[in-house]
Amino acid sequence: MTDVRTDTGAEPTRTLDRQDERVEHGTGAAGALAGFSRRLRSGDLGALPVIVGLAVIWTVFQILNPVFLSADNLVNLTLECCSVGVISLGIVCVLLTGQIDLSVGSVSGLAGAIVAVLFVNDGWPAALAIVTAIAVACVIGWLYGQLFNRLGMPSFVSTLAGLLAFLGLQLYILGAAGSINIPFTSGLVSFAQLWFLPPWLSYVLAAAVAVAVFASGFRLAARRRAAGLSARSIQVLLLRAGAFLVGLEAVAWYLNRSRGVGWMFVFFAALVVVLNYLLTRTQWGRSVFAVGGSAEAARRVGINVRLVYTSVFMACSGLAAVGGILAAARLASANQSSGTGDVNLNAIAAAVIGGTSLFGGRGNAWSALLGIIVIQSISSGLTLLNLDSSFRFMITGLVLALAVAVDAIARRSRASHGQA
Amino acid sequence: MSPPTPADTRAAVSRAPDAATEPVLALRGIGKRFGAVSALTDIDLDVSAGEVVAIVGDNGAGKSTLVKVLAGVHRPDGGEIVFAGRPVTIADPSAAIALGIATVFQDLALCENLDVVANLFLGHEIAPTHLDEVEMEVRAWGLLGELSARIPSVRTPVASLSGGQRQTVAIARSLLGEPKIIILDEPTAALGVAQTAEVLDLIERLRERGLGVIMVSHNMDDVRAVADRIAVLRLGRNNGVFGADVTQDQIVSAITGATDNAVTRRSARRAHAAPTDGTPAAHAGPDPAVPTDVTTTEGVDDD
Repeated sequence: MTDVRTDTGAEPTRTLDRQDERVEHGTGAAGALAGFSRRLRSGDLGALPVIVGLAVIWTVFQILNPVFLSADNLVNLTLECCSVGVISLGIVCVLLTGQIDLSVGSVSGLAGAIVAVLFVNDGWPAALAIVTAIAVACVIGWLYGQLFNRLGMPSFVSTLAGLLAFLGLQLYILGAAGSINIPFTSGLVSFAQLWFLPPWLSYVLAAAVAVAVFASGFRLAARRRAAGLSARSIQVLLLRAGAFLVGLEAVAWYLNRSRGVGWMFVFFAALVVVLNYLLTRTQWGRSVFAVGGSAEAARRVGINVRLVYTSVFMACSGLAAVGGILAAARLASANQSSGTGDVNLNAIAAAVIGGTSLFGGRGNAWSALLGIIVIQSISSGLTLLNLDSSFRFMITGLVLALAVAVDAIARRSRASHGQA
Repeated sequence: MSPPTPADTRAAVSRAPDAATEPVLALRGIGKRFGAVSALTDIDLDVSAGEVVAIVGDNGAGKSTLVKVLAGVHRPDGGEIVFAGRPVTIADPSAAIALGIATVFQDLALCENLDVVANLFLGHEIAPTHLDEVEMEVRAWGLLGELSARIPSVRTPVASLSGGQRQTVAIARSLLGEPKIIILDEPTAALGVAQTAEVLDLIERLRERGLGVIMVSHNMDDVRAVADRIAVLRLGRNNGVFGADVTQDQIVSAITGATDNAVTRRSARRAHAAPTDGTPAAHAGPDPAVPTDVTTTEGVDDD
C-alpha cells in the first residue's frame, strides 16, 4: 500500500480509472486487503458486524449447551430460517426505497390460509392454490402502492391498517374450525420437511457455485482489462473462489452428517441470489436504490417513481405470501396463529440486523439471509436452554437495538469520512 | 434520448463553434403571468452555438421563471420560442430534453447514495436487464476526461464529492443527452474559490464543445469571467444586453434600474477614499449606460 506511490513512475501506463495520483490504489491480494481495512476504518462495515455477532452468539450458545452446534440442530436451523427469511427479502426491497411494510406477518398468514382452504378443503391442485395465494398478496401490495402514490398515505399507517385487516381476513377464511391440517403425504409438506439434497448433489452444487463465482469474476476482470480499467488479479479471484469452495463444501459436509441440506433452504438461497441480481444488475434495482436515496432526483431523471414504489410493495407482499406458504408447509397446517406474534418483527429485524438501512438507499439481499440466521440462532439457542419466549423476545429486541445502533454509528463514521 | 456512443461524443467535441450567424435558441416576446403577477413580459433572448449567455437580475427579476419556461416546467402565455430555426412549444421537461435543451438546476438532483457512474446513467442505463457496468464506467471516464474533470474515482458515492465535483457530475450527466443548449442555474452558488474556478473552467470547455450555455447567476465576477454576453432582466423585462467588456457599474445600473444606487454610492465612496487603487476611471464616473450604450437584442438581430 505504501509502495504504490513510489512505483508509479516506473509504471508506463495507468488504467483509465487510476489516473488520479491523489488516490491510493493497491494491487494484488495485499492491495485488496489494504483496501478492505481502509473501508472498515471509514465506517463501510458491510457484513462484518453481523458475522462477528454471529460468531459471538454461536460461541456463547455452544458453551452453554454443546448440542447447539451439532449437525442435527444446524439442519433444523437452516429449515427454520426459510419462511421468515423469504418474508425478510421482501422487507429489504421496501426498506431500500425508504418505506416499510408492517403487515407482512398477516399477509403471510393469509396466504397460508388461502393455500390450505383451496388445496385441502376445495381440492385444488397445489400449484394453482399457491399461485392464487401469491396473486392475492400481490394485489394487496398493489393496493399499498396506490394508497401511497395516489393519496400520499404513509406506508407505516396503510400497512398497519393492513396488519389488522388481513389478519381478520385470514380468520374469516379459516372459518369456525380455525385450523386446517395439510396432509403429510402432500408434496408441499414433503418439500418443507422431508426433501433433502443427496450428499453428492450438495457437494456438486457447492463446487458449481465456486466455479460460477470464479468464472463470472474472471469474465468481468477480462472485460475490464480489455476496456482499460483496473481489474482484480487472477490470484485474488482464485483466493475468493477457493474460499467459497472450502466454505460451502464444509457446510455441506457438516450438514450431511445429519439429514443434509434441505431443498427448502436451497430454494431460499436461490431467491436471495435472484433478488441480489435484480437489485444490483438491473435498471429496476438501480431505480429502487435511487428512489431510496432521493425520490425527487429519481423523478427528475425520468424514473417512474410511482411504479418503483408499487413494484416494491408488490414484491414485498408477494414474498410474504411465499414465506407464509413455506411456514404452513413446514408446520403442515394453517391456523389462526400463523403469521402472528413475532413474525412481523423478526422479518423486519432480520433485514436491519443484516445491514439494510431503515432510512432507505442502503442494503442488499444478503442481509435477509444473514439477519435471519442471527435471529433463528438466538431463538434456537434459547429453546435449547429451556428458556421460554419471554427471554427470546427480550434478547431478540436487544440484538435489534444493537444492530440499529451499529448502523447509526457506522452512518456517522461514513459521514465524517465523507461517504454517507 | 439514448446516451451517446463514444464516437458521438468525439464528434460533438470536434464540432466547430461556428460564428454567431444563426442563434440556436431565440426567444421572441415571451410572457408569463401567475394570476395578477406578470413574471415575464416581452422577453427576447438569443443564444448561439459556442456562446455563453449570462442571465442576471435582482431577486424576483424573472430569472428562475425564464429558466423554467425553457426547461419545460412552465408554459409561456405568449411569445415564440425558436429552436434551430423553427418555432417550437416546450410542453414538459422531457420535451425540452428531447429538443436538446438540458437544464442543471441549482440543487443538482443527484442521488448521494449512488456512485458517480450510477448517477451519470441513472434512468438511462446501458442494458437494463443486465447492466453493463464496464461500458458505463468507460464512458463515464471518457466524458469526465473530455471535461478535464478531476474526480478521483467514479466508484465513490456522490456523497463523498465536493460541491464543485458534484456540479461537474450534474453537468456531465446533462451532456449524455447530447444537448445543443445547456442551462446552468446558479452553478457557482455555495461553492468555494477553487471550486468556483473549476466550474468556470468547465463552462468554458462547454463553449469549446460548441454548446450554447445559458448561465443564471448572482455573482457578477463569475458572470464577467466567462460570459460572452450578459442579458439583464429587471422586473420581468429585458433591461439590456451587454458585451463581455461591460463594467460592473453598468450591469448594476441595469439590474437595479438606477444609476444612483446603493452599489454605486458605495464604490464612489471607496473611489474617493482611495483614488489610486487602480480602478479604471470609468468605474467611478457616472455612467447611466442603460438605454444608450448597450447592445440591445434588436441590435444583435440587425447585424
